[in-house]
Formats: sequence, C-alpha cells, structure tokens
Amino acid sequence: MHRTLRLVFAVLALAFAPLAARAQLTIEIVGGAGTAVPIAIVPFNGEAAFPLGVSGIVGADLARSGMFRLVNADGVNPRPVRAEDIQADVWRGRGADAVVVGSMTPLPDGRVDVRFALMDVVKQNLLTAMTYTVTPAQFRATAHKIADVIYEKITGDPGVFSTRIAYITKAGPRYQLLVADADGADPQTVVTSNEPLLSPRWSPDGTRIAYVSFEQKKPVVYVQNLATGARAAVAAFRGSNSAPAWSPDGRRLAVTLTKDGGSQVYLMNADGSDPKRVMSSNAIDTEASFTPDGGALLFTSDRGGSPQIYRLNLGSGAVERLTFDGSYNVSPRPLPDGKGFVFVRRDGGRFQIALQDLATRQMQVLTAGPADESPSLAPNGKLILYASDSGGRGTLAAVSSDGRVKQRLVSAGADVREPAWGPFAR
Amino acid sequence: MNKIVYAALLAVFLAGCQTTSNQAPVEDKSAAASAGTQSGATTSGTQSGAVSGTQTGTNPLKDPNNILSKRSIYFEFDSFVVADQYKPIIEAHAKYLAANKNAKVTLQGHADERGSREYNIALGQKRADAVKRMMQLMGVQELAVETVSFGKEKPRNLGHDEAAWAENRRVDIVYVGE
Repeated sequence: MHRTLRLVFAVLALAFAPLAARAQLTIEIVGGAGTAVPIAIVPFNGEAAFPLGVSGIVGADLARSGMFRLVNADGVNPRPVRAEDIQADVWRGRGADAVVVGSMTPLPDGRVDVRFALMDVVKQNLLTAMTYTVTPAQFRATAHKIADVIYEKITGDPGVFSTRIAYITKAGPRYQLLVADADGADPQTVVTSNEPLLSPRWSPDGTRIAYVSFEQKKPVVYVQNLATGARAAVAAFRGSNSAPAWSPDGRRLAVTLTKDGGSQVYLMNADGSDPKRVMSSNAIDTEASFTPDGGALLFTSDRGGSPQIYRLNLGSGAVERLTFDGSYNVSPRPLPDGKGFVFVRRDGGRFQIALQDLATRQMQVLTAGPADESPSLAPNGKLILYASDSGGRGTLAAVSSDGRVKQRLVSAGADVREPAWGPFAR
Repeated sequence: MNKIVYAALLAVFLAGCQTTSNQAPVEDKSAAASAGTQSGATTSGTQSGAVSGTQTGTNPLKDPNNILSKRSIYFEFDSFVVADQYKPIIEAHAKYLAANKNAKVTLQGHADERGSREYNIALGQKRADAVKRMMQLMGVQELAVETVSFGKEKPRNLGHDEAAWAENRRVDIVYVGE
C-alpha cells in the first residue's frame, strides 16, 4: 500500500505553489461541459491541523476535469462530518446534487486516518464511503485517489487524477524530459540534453519511458527506467531511429528505422533485440501505435500521395487506409476502448486534433488549431492532452473526447511540447 | 532510377570533372526563398559547374571560394526533389568523396515547422535520401554517406513565415569529423 501510493503521486489537477525552478504546469479550464455536476466538498473535519489538507485538492481535481462544478460549502452549521450528518434538503437548496464529507484523524504512530463519504442528495443515497491510513507525505496522492473514486461513482468512468504525464520542455538550448503528476505538480527531470528530445512514450506498466534523443547528432530511441534512471539505446541503427510505441503487453516496441532505406516500421523486443520490418513500402511509413488489443498498428504513410492514416493487421499483414478527408492526416493514437482514434489533421493551414470512429468513419474535429499536434489520450479515453501554440510559444492543452471541456496547461518560461499521458497506476 | 538517368548523370559528373566554373550556385536566403517558385526537376541534369578540388594550402571544404563550402540544398514545400540549381553542389561533393576515400559525410535532412514532429523526421529523411541517391549515381560509395533527419527540430531560421520555412526545408552536408 505504501509503495503503491508513493509511486502513484497525483492526478489531473492543479499545481499549487511552484516548488522548484523546473517548469511546472498549472491547469486552467477554458471551457466546460454544459452538464457539469454540482458538487459540494465540505472541508474535512480535523484537516486544519495539517498544512496540506485533502478536501481542497479533491475539489480542485474535480473542478478541473470540467465534469463538476463546485457548490459553496461554507457556513453550514453544524458542519457535517459523516454521511449521516448530511441534510439533503440543505444541500439541494444550495444547488448541489452530491456532497462529500470527511475527516482526518491523527493516529498514535504518526499516520493519519482519512475517511470520506459521497452522498447523492437528489436520490438521498450513499454512493460510497472509504477509509485510508496514510502518512502526511501521502496526502496529495490520497486526495487524488478520493477524487478518482468520486469521479467514477458519478460519471461511470475511471478517474485519471492519480496518473502521471510526461512532456518535453525547451528553454534556450536546453531540452528536458519531465514527468509530473497529472495536475502538473511535482515535476521530476528524466533527461536533460542540449539536443532535441521528442516522442516520449510510457511503458504500459508506467515503469519505463521510451523517447527519441538527438544527443548523438541523429535520432536514436532510448528506453529509460524511471525509478533507477538507467537507460539503454534500443534503436541506434545507421540512419534515423524514431517514433517508438509500446505493445500493450510492454514486451515489444514499434519503431521507425531507416537502416534499410526509407522510413519504415519495425517491431523489436523492448531491449532493442531482434528488429523485424513489419511491411515494405517505397513510401514513408511512420508514427505507428498499437491498437489496445495488440493485433494491429495504426500508422502514418504517404504511400497514397499525401500523408494519411492506415491500419496494419499484424496477423494477416493486410493494410487498410482509414482517413480520406483532407490531404494531411497524421499522428494516430487509438482510443483505449479500441473504437476509434485521435489524430492531427490539416484544414487549410490549420493543424487540429480530431477523433474518428473506426466503425462509422465519422470524424469530429476537437480543437481549432492553428498548430495543435502530438495528441495523447488519458488512460480512461476521456481527455486528450496535446501540444499547442500560444503566441509563438509551445504550451500544452487538453480537450475532452467529446470536445466540450477544454483546459490549458500553463507553464512559466519554457516551451512545452510532446505530452504523453501515463497509464493507470497499478 | 533507370539507366538513362544514370548515364545522363554520369555524363554530367564527368563533364564536371573537366570543367572549372566560377559560377558558384547560390544557396543564400534569396535563393532559398525563390526556390518555391521553381519547378522541381527530377534527375535529368544538364548543368555543369563542379569545381576541381585541387587548390593547395587551403582546405577546399572550408574555402569560401570553393563550391565545397556550399553545404545546403533547399527544397520546396512537401517536396523531395532536388532542384537543378543545387545539383552542382552535390556533384562537387560527390567528386570530393570519390577522390578522398577516407572522407565520409552525413546528410542531415530538415523540415519546416508545420505539422507532426515525427512525420517531419520522415520528410527530412526523404530529402536526405534524395541527395544521397544522387551522390550514389555519381559514384559515391554507400558507406561514405549516412542520411539522418532532424525533422523540424533544428530550424535555421526561427521565423514563422514562408521565407523562414523555405530556409528550413533543407539538407545539410556535414563531413564526419567536422
């Protein structure tokens, strides 16, 4: 439990005080869902004794998701602490559909008993109640866990507040690959280089990151262990080595190599051994990513004259073109449920993030551009993190997969690009 | 690449060996910017212009009066076709590589800032590969040339307009050890 929580860190939420000089992201909601659920988060009993509480982080997580609207919880006397203390009519009078109450109680061993209850005050039933025994260092992680539980109980989808994100910053000549909580808090440097870094990709278990580094004056794919910092160049063949993508079981990588001429897609073991070309074309094939079932690759190719998205069935070798609308459709990323993919399309001179359904071929444009790229899906498939341009500077932004919730991730100083959303914590 | 083209290129190459020209092809900003208006020719070169690399006392690769100091080939938008105006530069380097068996080059492909970073890596690679193919047709050995791509990661011009983009769609010829 301890170890799990320590590795988990945090979620899709907000950064409080900038703790370090490293570029920390703060998240602003720039557009919300019309159907945000009104929820009251009552400050937890006993929380004032701790410098960093829990209920404030829970509320910030939920509000930032765009799926919830916080209802004022001040001035209710007596303040409810347990589910049975909640007077539904009082909260309904304030416009709340749901209420969260809780407490934080120090234990003799220095740990803290954190418990909360979530009540649906419309139907007047208890949705859930949970207890955690944690150290003060685990308060943030605990708050994100609680926000995940509340999010799932109310929306039906798992929350992603306890996940992490990776991204790349450029400040002057210095490039850094960073990993932070999904709310931007606690950024940790993974790699620093004076040459470009790009295409970070989390291993499915969240323990390793594959990325492309130009430190050898050419693109080389590395895999780095996040806990130890140990890394290996897994693809450093003659020519260019780029576009890593993990198989769902974490045992293999798809990469783009040029060692045999042209940019072509190969599969190799995650340690770089046994690279095998998966198909041959005399065109560009790149940006492969596995479908969630591991049975196919989506990739970008210009074999038809313009860059479009294709699917390779790894069993049969059959290739099928998936995009037909427009002359530039690239960077496919399958949805976690396997039913569609997000990608980058060019419309006129604008680059936008779009989503296409695999069954109906229906396409929905999610962002306006003009320079949106590198989409990365939250592990619940509900939010898409992407790189955007704000006044000539790289920033990150997020949009819900229905296009309604929009967030901007603001960073002081550096250019921020190449986001990659990590997996659910295990 | 068919044999006729090969023969034509070989002829150009041989002609280049016998000719000294002062008409150094331009590769400055104005040339790069105007490249966008020129039709992209395929490998049917009829120009000559390679300079013999026999000067003494100076490194021909560094001599600003020597065509070998010209190191950049510029491309049109979404194009991998080497424009005629750059062929003399490639011929000169091909000749140098043929004459200096220990010399090796890296052809570094680049793209402008628009679009996917990874797809731009592939675009830059395709440009570098196009220059390599031309050098090979001129007799350069496979192992003397490595093609790599920086995509849009290393723009020469940090601007965000067509003139900047034209400067950034390029292949740089870099000698190993430089």
